[in-house]
Amino acid sequence: MMRLHLRNAVNVAATIACGATVLIAMAPLASVLWLVVSRGAAGLSLDFFTHLPTPVGEPGGGVGNAIAGTAYLVGLACLFGLPVGIGAGVYLAERGDGRLGHAIRFTAEVLSGVPSIVIGIVAYGLLVVPMRRFSALAGGIALAILMVPMLARTTEELVRLVPRSLREASLALGVHEWKTSLSVVLRTALGGIVTAVLLAISRAAGETAPLLFTALNNQYWNAKPDQPTASLTVQIYNYAISPYEDWHQKAWTAALVLLLLVGSLNLAARLFTRGRLRDAR
Amino acid sequence: MNDPSTNSPKPKIVVDRLNAWFKTAHVLHDVTLSIPALSVTAIIGPSGCGKSTFLRCLNRMHELTPGARAEGTLRLDGQDLLARGVDAVHLRRRVGMVFQRPNPFPTMSIFDNVASGLRLNGIGGDHQAIVERCLRHAALWDEVKDRLKGAPSSLSGGQQQRLCIARALAVEPEVLLMDEPASALDPIATAKIEDLIHELRQRYTIAIVTHNMQQAARVSDTTAFFYMGELVEAGATEQIFTNPRVQRTEDYVTGKFG
Repeated sequence: MMRLHLRNAVNVAATIACGATVLIAMAPLASVLWLVVSRGAAGLSLDFFTHLPTPVGEPGGGVGNAIAGTAYLVGLACLFGLPVGIGAGVYLAERGDGRLGHAIRFTAEVLSGVPSIVIGIVAYGLLVVPMRRFSALAGGIALAILMVPMLARTTEELVRLVPRSLREASLALGVHEWKTSLSVVLRTALGGIVTAVLLAISRAAGETAPLLFTALNNQYWNAKPDQPTASLTVQIYNYAISPYEDWHQKAWTAALVLLLLVGSLNLAARLFTRGRLRDAR
Repeated sequence: MNDPSTNSPKPKIVVDRLNAWFKTAHVLHDVTLSIPALSVTAIIGPSGCGKSTFLRCLNRMHELTPGARAEGTLRLDGQDLLARGVDAVHLRRRVGMVFQRPNPFPTMSIFDNVASGLRLNGIGGDHQAIVERCLRHAALWDEVKDRLKGAPSSLSGGQQQRLCIARALAVEPEVLLMDEPASALDPIATAKIEDLIHELRQRYTIAIVTHNMQQAARVSDTTAFFYMGELVEAGATEQIFTNPRVQRTEDYVTGKFG
C-alpha cells in the first residue's frame, strides 16, 4: 500500500513539474504578446495603416509606406529568392548525389548559419556601393540571400519525400525527365513547398539587420527599385531609438502590426498544412 | 497453345544475349528470348532472379537507376532499342508499364490521371473520349464514371491498379509491361486484373512478371523461367507447367523451391 501511495505522489509531482516547464517556456511568448498588444493597441487606427509618418510632435500619421515597403521588399526577395531556392532544392533532390550537389548543400548549410547583418554588408558591398545609392533592390536581394538556403534545404527534403514510384510512373508514360520533375514531382510536393515559402516570407519580413544599410529607409511612398524604401522593421528601429515619447508609441504600434502580419502568415502556413494532411487521409 | 514460335510467326520483341548490371553486380546473363505479338508472356522465378530487371530493360527503365547499365540487343519490331541514338523517352510511349504497387498521381483527379500521359507529353485530341475509352478498356469506367473529378485515393487498391492500367493505355502503347501487378491486391481484385489481362491481349503485347505460378498458368500463353539472372527455359505456358525440359524448372513450378 505504501508503495502505491508513493508512486502516485511521484506521478503527481512529475506531472506538475512538466506542466511548470511548459508555463516557463510559454512565458516569454506570452509576455511578448501582452507587452506589444497592451502598448501598441493604443496607437492603432486606420490612419496608421494608410498615412505617411509625421515629424516629431505632430500628431497622427502612420506607417503606411513602411507596410507597403515591407511588402515590396519581400516581393522583390521572392522574385529572386523563390526560383533560385526552389530550383536549387529540386536539383539537390534529383541530382544532388554528385560532387556538385554536396558542394551546393554544404554552401547552403553554411549560408543559412551566416548572421543576417553579414548578409546585409555583402549586399551593401555588391549593390549599394557600385550603384552609389541605397535601394529597394539591394534590400530585396539581401532578403533573397537569406531565403535561398532555407528554401533549398526544405524543398530538397520535400521533393525527396515524393515516392520514387510516382517518378517512375511518369517516366514510363514517356514523359521527359525535366517535365516529370516539374509536373509530377514538384506538383506532388507543392503543398509543403507553399508552407515553406510562407515561413520564409514571414522570416524575411521580420528581418531588420540586412535592410539597415541596403534599403535604408524612406519617409515617403516609394515604388522604384533603385530608391531607398521604408520597411516596418527599420521604421520600428528608428522610432524605438529616438528620444521622443510619441515615436516610442508608434514603435510599439508598428511592432504590433508586424507581429500581426508575420503571425497571420505563420498561421496561414499551419492551416494550409493541416488542410492538406486531412486531404491525404 | 502450341509452340509460340509457330503460333506467332512475328515476334514483337526479340532479346538477344542481354546482360545487365547494377554497378558491379551482374544481374542478367546472356538472356535470349522472343516475346510474341498480341499474346501474354509470363516471367516467373524466385525473388532476386532478375525478372523485374529484365522487364525494366524492355522499356529502358533499368538504366534510370544510378549505376545501372545493359548490353546486348533488344529489338522491338526489328528496331534495336539499345542502339545509340534511340530515344528512350519516345520508346516508353510505345512500351507502357504497370507497377507492383498502384501508383496513381495523388494530386490529380481520376480523369487527370488517365489524361496525364497525354497532357504531360503534349498530345492533343479528344481527351474526354480517350479517357472514357481507356477506362472502359481497363474495366473501370462503370465504377468511376460518376466521380471522375474525385481523388484516386478514394478508390480501392484494385481500382487504383486498374486506373494505372488505364493511364498506361492512354498513350496508346503497343506493349504493356506488368511488374507483379496483382501482388499487392486481394484475390477478388486479382481476379479482375487477370480478366482484364485476357481482354487486353487482343490489342496489346503483354509481358507480366509474377510470383504467383497459378497466375502465370492462368493468364499467359508463353512462360519464361528465370533463375539467378539466367533464362533457364521458355516455351508455351502449358508445356512449362506440365512438361518442362529442364529439371530446375520442374522443381520450381512444382514448388520444390522458390
